[in-house]
Amino acid sequence: MREKVSFFKRPAVQTILASVLCAVIGILLGYVILLIMNAEHAGEGIAAILINFFKFNNNSKVLMKYFGSFLVKSVPTILCGEAILFAYKAGLFNIGCAGQYTVGIIASIYCSVGLGWNWFLCVIAAMVAGGIWGLIPGILKAYRNVNEVIAGIMLNWIALYVCNIVLGTELCMDTTKSETHDIAKVNPAGILPPFMKDFFGGNDYITIAVPITVIIAILILVVLNKTTFGYELKATGHNKDAAKYAGMNAKRNIVLTLVISGAIAGLAAALLYLTGIEHYKISGSVPGTGFDGIAVAFLGGLHPIGTIFAGMLVKYITLGGSYLNTNYYNPQVADLVIAIIIYLCGFVLFFKTFINKRGKSKVKVNANAEPSQKTAEEKEV
Amino acid sequence: MEDYVIEMLHITKEFPGIIANDDITLQLKRGEIHALLGENGAGKSTLMSVLFGLYTPEKGVIKKDGKEVKINNPNDATALGIGMVHQHFMLVDIFSVLDNIILGAEPNKLGFLTKADARKKVIELSDKYNLKVDPDAKIEDITVGMQQRVEILKMLYRDNDILIFDEPTAVLTPQEIDELMKIMKGLAAEGKSILFISHKLNEIMEVADRCSILRKGKYIGTVDVANTTKEELSSMMVGRNVKFAVDKTDAKPGQEVLKVSNVCVKSKLNSKDSVHNVSFNVRAGEIVCIAGIDGNGQTEFVGALTGLDHIESGKIELCGQDITQKSIRYKNTHGMSHIPEDRHKHGLVLDYTLEENMILQRYFEPEFNNKGLLRKNEMHKYSDKLAEAFDVRSGQGATTIVRSMSGGNQQKAIVAREMDRKHDLLIAVQPTRGLDVGAIEYIHEEIVKERDAGKAILLVSLELDEVMNLSDRILVMYEGEIVGEVDPKTTTLQELGLYMSGAKRDDRKEAM
Repeated sequence: MREKVSFFKRPAVQTILASVLCAVIGILLGYVILLIMNAEHAGEGIAAILINFFKFNNNSKVLMKYFGSFLVKSVPTILCGEAILFAYKAGLFNIGCAGQYTVGIIASIYCSVGLGWNWFLCVIAAMVAGGIWGLIPGILKAYRNVNEVIAGIMLNWIALYVCNIVLGTELCMDTTKSETHDIAKVNPAGILPPFMKDFFGGNDYITIAVPITVIIAILILVVLNKTTFGYELKATGHNKDAAKYAGMNAKRNIVLTLVISGAIAGLAAALLYLTGIEHYKISGSVPGTGFDGIAVAFLGGLHPIGTIFAGMLVKYITLGGSYLNTNYYNPQVADLVIAIIIYLCGFVLFFKTFINKRGKSKVKVNANAEPSQKTAEEKEV
Repeated sequence: MEDYVIEMLHITKEFPGIIANDDITLQLKRGEIHALLGENGAGKSTLMSVLFGLYTPEKGVIKKDGKEVKINNPNDATALGIGMVHQHFMLVDIFSVLDNIILGAEPNKLGFLTKADARKKVIELSDKYNLKVDPDAKIEDITVGMQQRVEILKMLYRDNDILIFDEPTAVLTPQEIDELMKIMKGLAAEGKSILFISHKLNEIMEVADRCSILRKGKYIGTVDVANTTKEELSSMMVGRNVKFAVDKTDAKPGQEVLKVSNVCVKSKLNSKDSVHNVSFNVRAGEIVCIAGIDGNGQTEFVGALTGLDHIESGKIELCGQDITQKSIRYKNTHGMSHIPEDRHKHGLVLDYTLEENMILQRYFEPEFNNKGLLRKNEMHKYSDKLAEAFDVRSGQGATTIVRSMSGGNQQKAIVAREMDRKHDLLIAVQPTRGLDVGAIEYIHEEIVKERDAGKAILLVSLELDEVMNLSDRILVMYEGEIVGEVDPKTTTLQELGLYMSGAKRDDRKEAM
C-alpha cells in the first residue's frame, strides 16, 4: 500500500495518468457528439474510429501495411511535438513551428521534384529552411525583444503564401490535379530509403523516417538531460535572471533554440513528403501539423518519449475519422474529437493536481482511520 | 480561568516526509501582543496557515472564545475576525488608499459604490490609532511604512480583532519600526489581540507581552517577555547559545583587489543618475560595507559592478585589471563571487536540484563537463561536499529540488557555492536577509573567515547591526552617492543614521 501511494505520487506517473485521462475524456465527449449527430449509429461510429485499421486483423499482411502507413503519417506530428517541446524547455513558445514545417515542405519538394536532388540533400535543405524560419523570430526575440509568438504567427502566413507560389508552378505541380508531382516517378533518388518494407506488408512508404523520429526523440532527451547545453537551456527556461547571473549567454541560447526547433519542424515536413505518401495541394490555410505539435507536446507531458506516444494517439484518431460511415457522419467528426482532446490537454496540469489531491485525501483518511480499518482498507486496495 | 481569544490546541500537521507542526499549542489572550518566535522552517508559517484554514491539521482543535471552531478556508477565518498583515503587501498600486481598504468589502447601494461612509470610517480609524494615513493618496506614491499601515487599516476596517503581523519589520527603516511598535501597542491597548511573527529578538523584547517559541516543528514553550532575556529566547529558539557580537580580530588589509572609479549608472525611471560618481577600493583581507537605506542606489551599483546592469561611465578594476566592460562569465571566472540580493530571482534556479544549482557558474568547467556531457557523478559528489562543509540541509540531499528547501538553507547553498568558487573578491548583498539568528551567526562567521583567508569582501547591507558588527570600513550611500566613510569602531548608530538620511555628508574628492 505504502509503495503504491508513492508510486502514484511520482510526477512521471501522474503526468501519464493525466494524459491518459485527457484522451479518455476526449473520446467519451466525441462519443457524445456522435450521439447528438446520429444517435442510432453512434456506437458503431466510435467503434470505427477506435478499431481503425485493426479491422483488417484477419489479414496480417494488410494490417501491417496499414500500420506502416499509420507510422509514416505519425512522423511529422511527433516531430512537430518534439520541436515545440524543445523550445518550450528553454522558455520559448514556438508557435512558428507551423511556418517552419511549411518552409520544410517547400524546400523538400522543390529540391526533390524541381531540382532533382538526392533525398539526403533534400532533407538537409528542409532542415536549413526550417532553421532559417526559426532564426528570424529568434533574432527578433533575442536582440529586439519581439515576442516569439507574434513573430511566429506572422511568419506562418508568409510561409504559406511563399509555399503556394513556389510549389504552384508547372515545375513542381501537376496543374491539372493541382497537387505536386509524384516524387517516385519524377525523381526516384528523392525518395527516402525504405525501412523494413517486408515486415510492413510491402508498404512502399515505410522509410527510415520512422527510426529517425525515434532517434531524434532520444537525442532530445539526451541533450536536455545530459549535456551542458541542455542544462543551460533549461536554466534559461526556468529562470532567465539566474541564467544571466550565472553568465550564460541568453541571447545566443534563444536564437539557437529556435533554430534547432525550426530545423526539427523542417525535418518533420521532409520526412513526410519525401516518402511520397502525400502530395502538397495548394491551400488557403497553414498546415495544421505544426499546431497539432503544441497539443502533442503537452499531451506527451513535455517529455520527448511521451511525445512519441501522444503523436501516435492524435494521428490514430485522426486516421480513424476516415473509417466512419460517411452515410451517417462527416469524417471531420474525428477532427472534432481530436480538437476536444487537444482542448483537454490544457487540463493536463489540472488533472495532475486532481490526482495529487485524491492521493492526499486518501492519506488523510488513513491517518485518521483506526489501525484495524487501515489493514482492511489495505487489503481491499 | 484565563481569557483566551484564540486557542490552538495540540495542532499536528504532517507533510510527506516531514512533521511541520508536532503537537503545538498556542494561546492568545485578549488584548495582548503575543510573539511567535522560531527559525525559518520551524513551523510558524504552517501554524498560521492552519489558523487561516489553508491547511487542515491531522490532529488538534482551534477554539475561539473558548468554543471549538472549524476553519476550513480563509473566509471562515475572516468571519471569525482574524486578519493578517502579510510580509508582502497585497495592495493594488494604482488604486487609492481608500479603494484598497474597501477592496473585497465594497460598500454599495444597489450595486453603486457608496464610498462616503467608508471614507468616514477609515478616517475615524486612522485618527483613533494614530496611523496618519491619507485616504486619497495612491499606493504607488506612499512609502513602504505607510503601505503597511494601509494593510493594518484594512484589517481594522473589517472589524478584525485578532491581528496577525507576519514579520512586519523586514521592510522598514529604523524610524518606521519605532512607529510600528507604537501603533501595535496602541492597538493592544484598545483591546485588539496581536500575534507577532518575528525572529528579531530586539523587537520582541520591546513590544511583546508573551512569546511562544517553536523549533523544528515542536513547541518549546511560552514565556513572559518581562521575565526573560534575549539570550534565553535565542537559546530556546535555536537550541543552543548564540553569540550576538561577531568575534573578529582587526583587519590586516593587503593588496588592493577592487578599485571602483567614478562609476555612474543611469536611472531607469528618470533622467537622474541612480548611481553617481562612486569611487572606492577594497583591499584583500578587509570587509568594506556599503550602508544606506533601501533604494539609494545600492542595487543598481551592484548591478553595474557584477554586469547584471548596464554601466554608464566609470571604471572597475579587479586585481589591477580593467573589467568594466567584461561579460558576467568573464567576471565569474576571473575572481568575482557574488551573493545576490534576491536569491530567488538571481541566485537560484528554484526548479533545479541542489546539485544543479551548486554548479550554476561552473557547469562548463572540465570538472563537470566532459565533451559537452554533464558529469553527474562529479556534480553529486561536489554538491554533497559543499552541503556538508556549509551545513546545507535538504530533504533528499543533492537531488532535492531547491524550491522545497527552507529559505535559510537556500541562502546557505548560495553562500557555499560562492565561497567555494575560486575568487579574490566576494560581493555579498544582504547575505542574511530573511534569515534566523542561527543562520545569520553562521554566515557572519563564514564571511569573517573569508576575510582572514585574505579575500576582499564588499558587503552591501541594510541591517545596521550587521553593518556595525561585521565591517572594517563603512561607506554610506545616499541618493546614489557615497556621502561618507566611517570607522565602525569609532562611529555611533546616530552618526550613521545622519549620513544615511542625507543630513550629513563628507566633502570628499577621493575615497580611499
